[in-house]
Amino acid sequence: MDFALTPEQTSFRDEVRSWLKKNLPKDWTDRMRIGSDVPRPEVYDFLRKWQRQMYEAGFVGVTWPKDYGGRGLTFMEEMILHEEIAITKAPPVLNILAIGMAGPTIIAYGTEEQKRRYPPKMLSCEEIWCQGYSEPNSGSDLASLQTRAEKVGDHYVVNGQKVWTSLAHQSDWMMLLARTDPKAEKHKGITYFLLDMHSPGVTVKPLKQITGDAEFNEVYFDNVEVPEANILGGLNNGWAVGMTTLMYERLALGFGLQVRLRIALDGLVDLARRSKKGGAPATKDATMRQKLAQLWIDTEVFKYTGARAVTKLLKGELPGPEASAGKMMWVEGHQRLQELAMELQGPYAQLGRGTKWAVDGGVWQHSFLRSRANSIEGGTTEIQKNIMGERVLGLPKG
Amino acid sequence: MNFGFNEEQELLRSTARKFFDNECPSTTVRTLMEAPEGMTSELWKKLAEQGWLGLIAPEEHGGMALGIVDLVVLLEEMGRAVVPGPFFSTVLLGGLAILEAGSDAQKKAWLPKICSGEARATLAWMEPSAELGAAGITLQAAAKGSGFTLNGTKLFVHDAHTADVIVVAARTSSGQNPEDGISLFLVPKGTPGLAVTLLPTMDQTRKLCEVTLTNVSVGGEAIMGAPGAGGKPLARVIDRATVGLCAEMCGGAQKVLDMTVEYAKIRQAFGRPIGSYQGVKHKAADMLVDVENSKSITYYAAWAMDEGVPEGPLAVSMAKAYVSDAYRRVSGAGIQLHGGIGFTWEHDLHLYFKRAKGSEFTFGDATWHRERVAQLVNL
Ligand SMILES: Cc1cc2nc3c(=O)[nH]c(=O)nc-3n(C[C@H](O)[C@H](O)[C@H](O)COP(=O)(O)OP(=O)(O)OC[C@H]3O[C@@H](n4cnc5c(N)ncnc54)[C@H](O)[C@@H]3O)c2cc1C
Ligand SMILES: Cc1cc2nc3c(=O)[nH]c(=O)nc-3n(C[C@H](O)[C@H](O)[C@H](O)COP(=O)(O)OP(=O)(O)OC[C@H]3O[C@@H](n4cnc5c(N)ncnc54)[C@H](O)[C@@H]3O)c2cc1C
Repeated sequence: MDFALTPEQTSFRDEVRSWLKKNLPKDWTDRMRIGSDVPRPEVYDFLRKWQRQMYEAGFVGVTWPKDYGGRGLTFMEEMILHEEIAITKAPPVLNILAIGMAGPTIIAYGTEEQKRRYPPKMLSCEEIWCQGYSEPNSGSDLASLQTRAEKVGDHYVVNGQKVWTSLAHQSDWMMLLARTDPKAEKHKGITYFLLDMHSPGVTVKPLKQITGDAEFNEVYFDNVEVPEANILGGLNNGWAVGMTTLMYERLALGFGLQVRLRIALDGLVDLARRSKKGGAPATKDATMRQKLAQLWIDTEVFKYTGARAVTKLLKGELPGPEASAGKMMWVEGHQRLQELAMELQGPYAQLGRGTKWAVDGGVWQHSFLRSRANSIEGGTTEIQKNIMGERVLGLPKG
Repeated sequence: MNFGFNEEQELLRSTARKFFDNECPSTTVRTLMEAPEGMTSELWKKLAEQGWLGLIAPEEHGGMALGIVDLVVLLEEMGRAVVPGPFFSTVLLGGLAILEAGSDAQKKAWLPKICSGEARATLAWMEPSAELGAAGITLQAAAKGSGFTLNGTKLFVHDAHTADVIVVAARTSSGQNPEDGISLFLVPKGTPGLAVTLLPTMDQTRKLCEVTLTNVSVGGEAIMGAPGAGGKPLARVIDRATVGLCAEMCGGAQKVLDMTVEYAKIRQAFGRPIGSYQGVKHKAADMLVDVENSKSITYYAAWAMDEGVPEGPLAVSMAKAYVSDAYRRVSGAGIQLHGGIGFTWEHDLHLYFKRAKGSEFTFGDATWHRERVAQLVNL
């Protein structure tokens, strides 16, 4: 048991720290006071530039092999990096679906050609990726998806529809799950494709969210041609490949989300200091102190549970229960945090952007509303609990 | 960073698991808890033979010179088996206090006996006010010649009825800071004026006593350290003991989860194992999250104690706050998911449920520790 860093790890931390100190955009912390908020459309261009800068400094994809544009370091460095990002409240990485999921999956399943072609452009943010899994009639029950891909000559022709596709309107590529064998059992007839979003026949229709922003989309495929070479991990093997992606997603989420929770918590404490209760700062109110302290504790607990998962990874073992707990903790903690931010504002919680009376320009309102998605996106809490009950605890399927 | 246990610690864990499975199964726990001593001399001797009574004592005094992290491994297993008896009070309260605050002579006199199982010790600090922290210590120790006269009542004293020596926290003076003026005294069993009453407790595996001191006269050699300087070492002892308690609680919570999952796999209702119903499965998943998180923060607090890092007390309070709530939730859910059988005396669940409740209020509940966290992070 040792929580201290080795000299090499310390020097990596110092490298990150001094780079961030020098390069952090000055106006960023003011612009995004509460760092848990998702990147808003108006900052996409800024975030593209930021990711490129981070990448050139060697701070994106640190665990990816050098041959494919990464730095070949361990999850330990990844964790240190995220910790520093949290401390400095640096902007998030925009191409998150690529970095968190598509990249690692291609590195795990791709041909040498695919591995050289895609990952470097993900890291540099030249090509943005989206995830085409969910459909109108298949969400939690992903394997029931109906989008079809039929072989015609040396390519596949895709027809169907995806929904809730985050960033599709900004994306160059999609991780597409499509049915290639309608006669096979539902888990066995699916293939994982790398789909060029600029192909003829792809239509993206933005969907307005509960927040008023359009961050996810409907995507329609009308006879879209995908070369056979864009299959990842073999024909009709898409379920296994897709699940790998989700495992990486959970891992990546674990690191990234701890950072966002920490940043959001700092923002919340700051808000509490500025809010008055009975004539004194809300941080001095006994009830508020209890709630804030519990969030503080939960955020730290989240970090140490993550550290246990990383330790297992470093030993070459797969993380067990520690990793499955991560997503649920984030969701529960973050939603509670946003509720508390509303409570601190009292009646002001009702006021949004566009009035001088709105607290912090109404930014909390947005993140409060956005936080309701946390327990749905990336697998609902119910599905997450089924997975923990069945795969970790070994309880029988329903 | 290596946030896991090393090979020796894993070995300690498996040895301890086997030991308690054999030597302290729940039938034994039930016999022990009904006996006033809460322990047999055979089992106590075996604990000593394993070296566990001296796990954290220095080698020169007959100990193994290991750390709190190692102790956490052992205590997790003891909590898993809900082992009754004065291990906790002897090693983590009385023993640790002597280790922390005792003079060389005092250590020489008591530590070897504690390590070998010849002597049992405890710490008397809380009073009827039940106030935690230094301000709660009001028992008077008046200087008299080269010695002191002690008068007052201590409550919630672990295993004082079987202790050979009681470390008593008393007030020799008062200063601006409530920590100033606290002194620790070694009061051996049989000292005139010392009276111990065993109290009936909800958790029968844990014995608590009332200790009254009526004109108890002790010599100058009984005081531990300089007069009035006992506040800091006392706080350090309590912080370490709190981490140890959290480890016990983690072990107990893990055991409840294991029992519940096993039961949910075999118990059938409506033609299916109850574990296949999401109402049950999701509760079990919540229990899992509670157990894993409890371990994470407890391990961190133990590491922080061993390393003496500045945020040590913060880590301790984070752990106690989290684990107090988590063990209560987990043991409650364990009873619920066992249905009627979980409500019986015959089933072991109530042992854990009661441990959870008792432990929750030992060294401060979650609300108290959340407030301490708030203070330590300058809210
Ligand atoms: C903001 C946001 C962004 C998203 N981004 C993407 C994206 O980029 N790409 C993508 O592919 N998808 C994306 N999604 C979709 C997301 O993955 C799905 O919404 C999610 O998997 C749930 O599917 P569903 O909406 O069809 O709900 P349903 O599956 O219809 O579920 C409805 C409710 O029933 C519960 N439920 C369903 N099955 C079970 C069961 N077996 N046991 C217990 N409860 C059950 C669910 O937990 C939920 O509460 C996004 C969603 C949101 C909200
Ligand atoms: C103090 C006490 C007094 C009682 N008095 C009486 C009495 O006077 N007369 C009498 O007849 N009975 C009595 N009972 C029995 C009581 O009605 C049963 O204990 C209760 O119905 C649960 O049944 P069980 O114990 O067999 O638990 P089980 O049915 O085995 O249930 C175990 C767990 O699984 C859950 N579970 C079971 N099926 C499902 C499902 N489909 N979906 C989700 N969860 C499920 C349960 O909620 C429970 O948490 C008493 C029980 C107690 C504790």
